Amino acid sequence: MSHFRIDIRQRAEEVLALYPRPRSAMLPLLHLAQEQDGYVSEEGIAEVAQLTSTTPADVRGTALFYDMFHLEPVGRYVVGVCTNIACLLAGGEKLLAHASASLGCPVGSTSSDGMFTLEETECLADCDYAPCVQVNHRYVRTTTPDAFDAVVAELRAGKLNHEVPHHGTLIRVQRSGGLHAPRAEVAEQRAVAKAERAKREETAK
Amino acid sequence: MATLEAPRIVTARLEYEDSHTLARFLATGGYDGLRKALSMHPEEVALEVDKASLLGRGGAGFPAGRKWSMLRKSQLAYLVVNGDESEPATFKDHLLLERDPNEVIEGIIISAYALQVNQVFLFLRGEFALGLERVQQAVNDAYQQGALGSKIFGSDFSLDIVVHPGAGAYICGDETGLLEALEGKRGFPRIKPPFFPAVSGFYGEPTVVNNVETMANIPWIVVHGGDAFAALGAGRSTGTRLFALAGRVKNPGVFEIEMVKNTFRDLIYDPALGGGLLDGRTIKAFMPGGASAPWFAPEQLDVPLGQDEVAEQHSMLGSGSVVVFDDTTCVVRAAWRITKFFARESCGQCTPCREGSGWVERVMYRMENGGGRMEDLDLLLDLCDNIAPGLTWPPQQTTICPLGPSIPSPITSAISMFRDEFVQHVQLGGCPFD
Repeated sequence: MSHFRIDIRQRAEEVLALYPRPRSAMLPLLHLAQEQDGYVSEEGIAEVAQLTSTTPADVRGTALFYDMFHLEPVGRYVVGVCTNIACLLAGGEKLLAHASASLGCPVGSTSSDGMFTLEETECLADCDYAPCVQVNHRYVRTTTPDAFDAVVAELRAGKLNHEVPHHGTLIRVQRSGGLHAPRAEVAEQRAVAKAERAKREETAK
Repeated sequence: MATLEAPRIVTARLEYEDSHTLARFLATGGYDGLRKALSMHPEEVALEVDKASLLGRGGAGFPAGRKWSMLRKSQLAYLVVNGDESEPATFKDHLLLERDPNEVIEGIIISAYALQVNQVFLFLRGEFALGLERVQQAVNDAYQQGALGSKIFGSDFSLDIVVHPGAGAYICGDETGLLEALEGKRGFPRIKPPFFPAVSGFYGEPTVVNNVETMANIPWIVVHGGDAFAALGAGRSTGTRLFALAGRVKNPGVFEIEMVKNTFRDLIYDPALGGGLLDGRTIKAFMPGGASAPWFAPEQLDVPLGQDEVAEQHSMLGSGSVVVFDDTTCVVRAAWRITKFFARESCGQCTPCREGSGWVERVMYRMENGGGRMEDLDLLLDLCDNIAPGLTWPPQQTTICPLGPSIPSPITSAISMFRDEFVQHVQLGGCPFD
């Protein structure tokens, strides 16, 4: 029984097919596990272990090395405020303190309504908009406390659902081409198969 | 005055709002370089890159052509492109990946053709969600256009590019750490020798690892010729380069300017570039090339932006990021924050780095926050000396990768340039800038 939803499992198998050895798919698969559950759950780890022919302990040990993988539940939105050198010079620490007060949670924790998790990050490579803020790894470019609060209000109201998908969803553009048959071809074959099935069912009646 | 006549090699398309789309790419010479390359012999393409003497844009500045020629002798297996940009205040690859992903992909296809590789892994920083989506779209579009897949544009050359997301670890910017991550493991750098990627890289096969910006230069070099590229810049630093300017300047951003012909003063003060300091303040010091580079004083503003020119002044151009400190900047705090970054990102394999970074960070922290002692100055230098004996530049290598020996740079810079400020922190029992 797969823990992954059928669509996630399908994508996971497509990812596996891209690499010469299954273990190479570890990071992309962990991202998929996180996309489904919002964090990397025990069940997700077990499934990634099975897919990569490793053990859950091995997967957990690898996942823990990387900052983006959360092995405990986090908020719908993970807010990252940078305080590295360029952001430090632009008041990143003050913005982080403001974010903490505004969201009502200490740095590294989740707000009581489960909406927001606040993190202090290292350089996010967007230093011309310092201090840099990311929500679920999307740049929101709010450099002032007021702009930050405005974005938080919009997130709460669900106005940014498209720009900022829930935590864990990383790449929404699916690979097409390469090892896979073109989508149109697949759709065509499916249509033919469906028509044939309908015909069979018709004759069976 | 800055010299701004040089052509835009990697940022030409960025003047358009829709620079990331396939339509804009095709309307502005997209795939021209690839078509031309496919009409040439792979060796000829490599020769043009050699003639351009393009230095790798990742940070180490190794000539790309030479890197390739080391491989042409062996049966090459993989090309891996490094887009794991995490160096503090470096944001040039981020710009290219989000704003002109098609150009990067075209550069990769040409490079793969020159190297006769059929499999490319493009490792991108996981935090670049938008960049990842746009690059995947560019790859999809390339397949659609026949620029990727089997028999590219009717030639005999076939190629597959896999976009691989990282997951947040600075150390994966090191090419061997990146390869470990690509093999699905913790991003622990490998010891060199024997693990030079060219000899034993991805899965132990010969591998070339190139930076995203390096790749973005390739289409222009093929279209205009290596000599045209080499005619720009001077000495070993040819062509243009992306400089990421941040810190206390009016107009921070990424600027593509000709190498060597411009100085740090041009970059920071020219109205078309940095535009001078915020609120008309005065410059105190600046970081010339990323977190690991020893700092420069205002007297070094007239050093040209070239690899050897900066090296002569005992620092490095590194990843091309310049961070400016003004007279309101507390250098103790700045150095502490960079040290904290190294402590957080140390992978933990080697003792000098794992232990040293934490020790130094704690001493720096107490210095900044009122717990500093006079003897801490010597203690800091002693700790740094343990991490990289002799405190030379370039530093002594005591660890597997260069992260560890980079730790002393900001601290020794801060102490040698601003000793008084440390003393002030101790005497005052706190930060004078608070």
